[in-house]
Amino acid sequence: MESVLGRYRNLIILVGVLFLQVLGLAIQVKTGAERETRLIRIWAAGVVTPFERGLVWVQTSSGNLWHNYFYLRGVRAENRQLKEQIEQMRVEQVRLTEDAAQARRLQTLLAFKEQFVSKTVAAQVIGTSGSDLSRIIYVDKGENAGIKPDMAVITADGVVGKVLLAGPNEARVLLISDQTSGVGAILEKSRLQGVLRGTPNGEIVLERVMADEQVQPGETVLTSGGDQIFPKGMRVGTVTNVSNGKDLFLNIQIKPAANLGRLEEVLVLTEKQERQVITEDHGRVRAADILAQRLPSVPDKPADPAAPGSSPDATAKPGTPNTVAKPNNSAANIPAGAAKNAAAKNPPNGAGTAPPPAAAKTSAQTTVAQKPKPVNSVAATETKPQTAQAQTSTEPAIVEQKPAIEPKPAPTAAQPEPQVPPQDNSPQ
Amino acid sequence: MPITYTSGEQVEVYRFSLPVTIGVPLVALIIQAYVPKYVPGFAVYVDLPLLVTIFFAMARRSPIAGLFTGAIIGLAQDMLGHGMIGLYGIAKTVVGYAASSLGVKLDLENPGARLLVTLGFYLVHWVVYFTVARALVNMRQPWSWAHGILAGVVNGLIGVLVYFFLDRFKQRT
Repeated sequence: MESVLGRYRNLIILVGVLFLQVLGLAIQVKTGAERETRLIRIWAAGVVTPFERGLVWVQTSSGNLWHNYFYLRGVRAENRQLKEQIEQMRVEQVRLTEDAAQARRLQTLLAFKEQFVSKTVAAQVIGTSGSDLSRIIYVDKGENAGIKPDMAVITADGVVGKVLLAGPNEARVLLISDQTSGVGAILEKSRLQGVLRGTPNGEIVLERVMADEQVQPGETVLTSGGDQIFPKGMRVGTVTNVSNGKDLFLNIQIKPAANLGRLEEVLVLTEKQERQVITEDHGRVRAADILAQRLPSVPDKPADPAAPGSSPDATAKPGTPNTVAKPNNSAANIPAGAAKNAAAKNPPNGAGTAPPPAAAKTSAQTTVAQKPKPVNSVAATETKPQTAQAQTSTEPAIVEQKPAIEPKPAPTAAQPEPQVPPQDNSPQ
Repeated sequence: MPITYTSGEQVEVYRFSLPVTIGVPLVALIIQAYVPKYVPGFAVYVDLPLLVTIFFAMARRSPIAGLFTGAIIGLAQDMLGHGMIGLYGIAKTVVGYAASSLGVKLDLENPGARLLVTLGFYLVHWVVYFTVARALVNMRQPWSWAHGILAGVVNGLIGVLVYFFLDRFKQRT
């Protein structure tokens, strides 16, 4: 017996070690790997991550030294490029602000609740799992920084993943490209919802979209908020390929917006809140007032009894053809009555009117030339003489309000538009 | 001292100091975890912990030492991922045992033999890993022979360099 044991000693030990590991696997399968092995994983990460943190520090320090002191070529050109970009973004911001304000008003009407990110923690990526079968990264912040499991991790470009496990000073983040991850997603244009999953080879696919739906490559994919981890509306990626999958579903491949292969810094969403949408209440604001603020003002002139018709208001006479300016986007939503009032306050000089007095024409042109107006300014106005006179008599002169951000001047109602044919919409 | 089949000569059995025994696998794990941050394909084609397992197992020429080396390195690699702990452990235990057993019988000091042995053990490692992953854990892992052989060749080439570097730490018994 002893000779048999001695002869097969190596083999017996091998079988014993393998058996123990298989037993461990069986326990994990039965009880759930993450819960049972949490401490072991934290210890393992605690051994490896300090070295990785040191490597990152050395690399960052040397990189900073190089970039901040030695390698400054191209900074001037980059600066110029960034300035141009800022200008473009400022113009874009004006439009987005208008859209956002409108969306908030609608949300208020519908009693929507919005979810917003109230607190984030910036963290640096210090390592990976080292295996292509386990797509996770390690970040250098953990529980001590307020990071907990199931918190969303993002970059400026898009969604990265979620916190899987948090140690004291490091956290393990499961990337959205891992095959065990799942993100509730929605297609931006078609509003189709699905589940975003990773594949074994590291690609990302959108599942659970029926095969009879139309999805175009290039469409943006956003988070739907259905997973209770990622706030709604965060950019996930872009559709790259659509094909028929199995079980009546489409196989939609996604290119992630964030570069998951080269992550350096990420943001962990440590706090998100839900609140009722509240729009800023400035009392009851009439559309006419809003329009009046947008229209160019007419400077006060001393009354000239000798020339009563020289006042701009005097040009609006009953039966005068209306002024029609270029159609614009915002004015379509403005009530006609309000537009009438506003236009009457400051009657524009248009092609439809009779040749205006020289004083009025000069006034309007001067105003436009002096002050650039927001892009979303009034488009179509009607002149209603009676109202005009009443408004002019009761309300003070409109004060010019310079917008916080001054975009390029856009054609407004006050600009003369000789090309537009006259239209006779005067009250009968 | 065992005698090889290839040369008929007695082969050396080596040992390593404690810092090398602990430090080299640790460094391999750190590099394996750190480099993919900058080179995403590194983790797909290179398995440094496997190379270290093969090196220690072949140099010590002791199956028991080899299987324990493989088990510990493999389990540590499992702990850094998020899958089941034991998949890499089982695969590297088998490789460690086999490499030690082979090291007793074959002279594996020249680069050509090392390359072929590393290629072979890489494939053994992946066959064991995929078998366990599919049979016991029900993981959906696609198998590709082309990828396996390519990764095996890459590991073999890197292994030759790594072994050449690690040969400096060998101590004769």
